[in-house]
Amino acid sequence: MQKNKMYDKEKVLAGLTIFVIIVTFPFWYNMGKAAPAPEIKLSDKAKAAKVCVAPKSFMTAEHMQILDVWRESVVRNKKRLYSSLDGKNYNMSLSTGEDSCIGCHVSKADFCDRCHTYASVRPYCWDCHIEPKENK
Amino acid sequence: MNLNYLFSLLAVTVLFLVPWVGVDILGKKELFGLIIPYFAVLIFIGGFIHRIIHWAQSPVPFRIPTTCGQGQSLSWIKQNKIDNPSTTMGVILRMILEIVCFRSLFRNIRLEYREGKHISYEWEKWLWLGALAFHWSFFVIIIRHMRFFTEPVPFFIKALEDLDGFLQIGLPGIFISGFVLLAAVLYLFFRRIYIHQVRYISLASDYFPLFLIMAIAISGIIMRYFTKVDIISVKEMTMGLVTFHPVVKEGVHTIVYVHLFLVCVLIAYFPFSKLMHSGGIFMSPTRNLANTTRVKRHINPWNYPVPVHTYEAYESEFREKMKEAGLPVEKE
Repeated sequence: MQKNKMYDKEKVLAGLTIFVIIVTFPFWYNMGKAAPAPEIKLSDKAKAAKVCVAPKSFMTAEHMQILDVWRESVVRNKKRLYSSLDGKNYNMSLSTGEDSCIGCHVSKADFCDRCHTYASVRPYCWDCHIEPKENK
Repeated sequence: MNLNYLFSLLAVTVLFLVPWVGVDILGKKELFGLIIPYFAVLIFIGGFIHRIIHWAQSPVPFRIPTTCGQGQSLSWIKQNKIDNPSTTMGVILRMILEIVCFRSLFRNIRLEYREGKHISYEWEKWLWLGALAFHWSFFVIIIRHMRFFTEPVPFFIKALEDLDGFLQIGLPGIFISGFVLLAAVLYLFFRRIYIHQVRYISLASDYFPLFLIMAIAISGIIMRYFTKVDIISVKEMTMGLVTFHPVVKEGVHTIVYVHLFLVCVLIAYFPFSKLMHSGGIFMSPTRNLANTTRVKRHINPWNYPVPVHTYEAYESEFREKMKEAGLPVEKE
């Protein structure tokens, strides 16, 4: 018996090859192409307004929670008024009217979808709401 | 308190705090965000291959047919072709079922004394169920996390995410697998502590991965549902890692580094630990060999040439003396 002899060498090496191919999946799938984060395009109206209903860092991370709270408040409790921290009042609405979310962030493709596609998030807002017509 | 789990808990707590200190106080974002992950992946792949090749060097002299069914026999005796296979196809089926369904665990029984001295064998399916929940949810979670490492995200990852989040509870919607994993790992931990025979044979190296996985699951759940992190920056970092354009983003919450560091510890620890059963299962001689002990001749690989003295040689040596003594000889 030789020392360090591998038994069933072909099978073991084939198995290890499959293992390496599977665990290195993200490395070869992207083929080293850089994938920078998408830039969201703010509409002119949003740029002019300068402030959203909450600070930007909060909105980036928590907007879904705000929408969830708003939905509950409007649908269950008939309360449509949102007072922001800086004392302004807003109408709680995703897509109805000029002062709704979509009223200011007019383009779903430029504003919502860029990050959602990048992060592979598929919110179900538009299962019920009507998607805004893109004004190109 | 048992020193084994106390020690593991302490180790994981320290590991939890290391990135807090390293990133928040010392500001070593490159170290925790780039260097350690790359090293961890290298150790994981290299260590895994090394361990498997080392194992492949152990000879398996004979088939070990730990049978769970009728072996191949006379034509009128029905063979159980999966539990006692005699062909490669049967072995492959047995392996697949072992790996995806944990059939060996399903056979788990518990010996109990009932009504005095009557021995009875109880069904014990909880370990099997817990292990199944644990492994499958972990698998789903790993696949789901590939959304941070692929751009564009392939359809099967999206499909799995949709399936995992189909309850649509809360926003961001809960993923079932994360909570199943945490519940399963807690069950496996309490089982180890509660059943005293299992506690007796449990070592620090049994508790450590459990605590580590618990910490990973908890940090992940905190990140997704409670503190919230800037997911776009996180993906930019993770994509930087896998496309070899490493970047460190400002404004990424420390909990991300904690989560990442704990995962790095897990995969770097992997090849040196019991977690190697993921590779070892493929090399279990009791599962991956067909029961061909009688059909084929299996030669012991460590046989060495033994000097033998055949009867022929013996007779040649003593022929004359045998003849003198009147003993019969084969060759005159």
